[in-house]
Amino acid sequence: MELNSKIPPGPLAEKWDQHKFDIKLVNPANKRKYSVIVVGSGLAGASAAATLSELGYAVKCFCFQDSPRRAHSIAAQGGINAAKNYQNDGDSVFRLFYDTLKGGDFRSREANSYRLAQLSVNIIDQCVAQGVPFAREYGGHLANRSFGGAQVSRTFYARGQTGQQLLLGAYQALEKQIAKGLVTMYPRTEMLDLVMIDGRARGIVVRNLITGKIESHAADAVVLATGGYSNVFYLSTNARGCNATAIWRAYKRGAAFANPCYTQIHPTCIPVSGDYQSKLTLMSESLRNDGRVWVPKAKGDKRPPNEIPPAERDYYLERKYPAFGNLGPRDITSRAAKEVCDEGRGVGETGRGVYLDFADAIKRLGAQTITERYGNLFEMYERITDENPYKVPMRIYPAPHYTMGGLWVDYNLMTTIPGLYALGEANFSDHGANRLGASALMQGLADGYFVIPYTIGDYLARGGINAVNTDMPEFRNTEREIAERTSKLLSIDGKRTVDSIHRELGHIMWDYCGMSRNDAGLRKALELIPQLRDEFWKDVNVPGSDAELNQALEKAGRVSDFLELGELMVRDALNRTESCGAHFREESQTPDGEALRDDEHFAYVAAWEYAGANAAPILNKEPLEFESIHLSQRNYK
Amino acid sequence: MNLKLHVWRQPSAKDTGRIESYEARDVSPDMSFLEMLDVVNEELIVAGKRPIAFDHDCREGICGSCGMMINGVAHGPQKATAACQLHMRTFKDGDEIVIEPWRARAFPIIKDLVVDRSAFDRIIQRGGYVSVNTGGAPDGNDILIGKSSADHAMDAAACIGCGACVAACPNASSSLFTGAKITHLGKLPQGQPERDRRVIGMVEQMDIEGFGNCSWFGECQEACPKEISIDVIKQMNRDYVAASARASSNE
Ligand SMILES: Cc1cc2nc3c(=O)[nH]c(=O)nc-3n(C[C@H](O)[C@H](O)[C@H](O)COP(=O)(O)OP(=O)(O)OC[C@H]3O[C@@H](n4cnc5c(N)ncnc54)[C@H](O)[C@@H]3O)c2cc1C
Ligand code: SF4
Ligand code: FES
Repeated sequence: MELNSKIPPGPLAEKWDQHKFDIKLVNPANKRKYSVIVVGSGLAGASAAATLSELGYAVKCFCFQDSPRRAHSIAAQGGINAAKNYQNDGDSVFRLFYDTLKGGDFRSREANSYRLAQLSVNIIDQCVAQGVPFAREYGGHLANRSFGGAQVSRTFYARGQTGQQLLLGAYQALEKQIAKGLVTMYPRTEMLDLVMIDGRARGIVVRNLITGKIESHAADAVVLATGGYSNVFYLSTNARGCNATAIWRAYKRGAAFANPCYTQIHPTCIPVSGDYQSKLTLMSESLRNDGRVWVPKAKGDKRPPNEIPPAERDYYLERKYPAFGNLGPRDITSRAAKEVCDEGRGVGETGRGVYLDFADAIKRLGAQTITERYGNLFEMYERITDENPYKVPMRIYPAPHYTMGGLWVDYNLMTTIPGLYALGEANFSDHGANRLGASALMQGLADGYFVIPYTIGDYLARGGINAVNTDMPEFRNTEREIAERTSKLLSIDGKRTVDSIHRELGHIMWDYCGMSRNDAGLRKALELIPQLRDEFWKDVNVPGSDAELNQALEKAGRVSDFLELGELMVRDALNRTESCGAHFREESQTPDGEALRDDEHFAYVAAWEYAGANAAPILNKEPLEFESIHLSQRNYK
Repeated sequence: MNLKLHVWRQPSAKDTGRIESYEARDVSPDMSFLEMLDVVNEELIVAGKRPIAFDHDCREGICGSCGMMINGVAHGPQKATAACQLHMRTFKDGDEIVIEPWRARAFPIIKDLVVDRSAFDRIIQRGGYVSVNTGGAPDGNDILIGKSSADHAMDAAACIGCGACVAACPNASSSLFTGAKITHLGKLPQGQPERDRRVIGMVEQMDIEGFGNCSWFGECQEACPKEISIDVIKQMNRDYVAASARASSNE
């Protein structure tokens, strides 16, 4: 497989402008003749669908929820970055770019990250114009807060509901286009496969989740904006429905899957409380602006937190990373928490937790200010744990949160399949081995509002796209395959529920391919996952029929894909014997326990190619070349 | 604790539904309400029965997917709390809990506790947006917005579109939902040019969808998990009257 990243020539700061000039345009009158399928209505999908239709393309948009407004992006809390430098604190496009690259431990593509930083400023303007109620200062100007991995204040926010407000902005833009009849929306519809004709992506096969009907949709290009795959761990901060089905089926049709092992474990989540647990709740990173993280100095200290005097507390982040303190990047902060808990200094019943303490901030700023900043998060915490964080420190622990890996895309966001694009969390492109806080919203909207509207035109304008329709054998055969797979799932009639298998997969992934990984553990996982997969296909119990709303069937399909993707993640983690960002190989660390990269052997994107059900996937490498920056060991001390 | 559940079961829109009873055993007080249902569903599947269908996704009280009548109260007994954020410590051993779907003409039942809320999307389509295309927006700070306007707009914008207000209203009115969007955009300079068009279109669509009229019972704001204030309905009504007057004087 050839990996051509199509990075435009020229100086970093001019690449995007030059590229926009060089790429082919579709004549406005011709745009309506082209049809585009957008799968996903999160920030990436909704912004893309709305914008493409504004340009004149005929758009169909799909999501599995009952309304596009409910996509997982709605749950993002803390904020969105932009290099506006409104605070006059030394921010710039280059600094945001550099922070992103460094935060990603120098495993992302320079040109993509730079473009992201450039476009960040336009996103804020666009969202303001839509009426997104960002936080404002008394003078009427936009307010900012700080986020991890940065020393400037560049995060824009709408209380603790930034994702909600940005998504509603994009959703409303989408509804505006739906009202005009220019986008057809298919809610409660799940993409189950990609259809290729003459080597190009030409459509999708979907299941109507209410009637169970399998249907085909043809188009000139297909855009996947279906989000991340953290739910491979079963417990994660993601919404329950988040899944990898769309990108996984695309992978099996020939799209390369890049860096699957780069998964982010977020440091501040509410710890697990019992076996019934269905998800983990994130406590926004913004809390680390004012909260101080600590554990008791002594092992097994079971005193309540307020009885532990300051001298007997270990503010380990401030101690180890004085320059960034509590605002270090996520990977480092998460591992530090695991380390103190492994030492037996963790808090709470399970011992898997650390304190996030607001007592000092409340003393300094008053409870009122803290309520203004984080009121809804404090309430949410109390609802879940029954503890009042104004009085007792929060207990937090890392949890799977975001996946930097995803479908490989070139600079145009096209996958290795011509005519198939991947946007937002579904692609791999901008965050390297670790994403900085408040940068996913930025990337989803940059991709959807400002990148794909230009780059898709180049593909369409180049021609060679023949007329197709859903009666063609490629569609009919795929529909048949889907129907067979569905009846297979329903006919096994075994003893295990889908959830029980999913939970078991989650344990395997968390234990062997989670916050830290080693050769022996990964090899063990490579034995366990195929065994579990066999068990699934022999002994799963999926009740009901395929001709109705059947949530167990939906889950079964998604879990069957996670059972394959999990294995690819492990293979990737095994191959990458270096540590980088969120991928921590115990064999590769500095004397003080930080991730130790191996640039000589691993400065590449690992793009895996499907080679059939019974063959090992093929590893392709896209070398990462850095022109504008100098590779360094990350240092947050 | 052990509980007895009485749950509305309806295989599809075409079938008639009825209440069926289930035991929920060994429920932990730390479970969320939906986790309790998950456990019941796991047992049903193992016993060869059909699990209870209900909508849910984020389980953080923000996506608006979940929603059910719990002992006759939309989202259950805890104030300002969506069903997914309701925890079982609110209940005690031996409690009986009746669980039913939202009931409103404009929200037809799809299955069990799952209803069709697409009417809300169609209300938004009638003007719940600012007509601005992507590109060419002025700098974010060119539009100054006082903190209190921004805060008021945000209070209204917090609506999650769950439909509890409709389910709680004796008239099945969607005024709280619609008023929230009208108030959000109405508080901001960006929303002014289309203010009249928006309120007229959205109010008309509420009627078309078969939602009832607001007669100030106030049940909606009691049920709302985001504590949207009934003031948004006053705002909507004021805007509607003003817009209608302007429309007729322009004719
Ligand atoms: C709790 C939480 C808080 C976060 N906070 C922040 C933050 O403060 N700042 C930040 O920058 N990032 C944050 N993130 C990350 C960020 O929210 C996500 O990375 C981002 O929203 C992903 O957007 P997306 O458009 O790529 O995908 P999603 O929003 O996940 O949307 C996926 C869409 O695809 C659809 N879909 C998926 N599969 C299918 C299928 N097979 N068929 C049809 N449709 C399908 C879904 O219906 C949905 O519409 C947070 C994440 C979490 C979990
Ligand atoms: S107004 Fe409140 S109850 Fe009604 S849809 Fe919005 S959040 Fe739900
Ligand atoms: S599941 Fe999202 S609000 Fe309850």
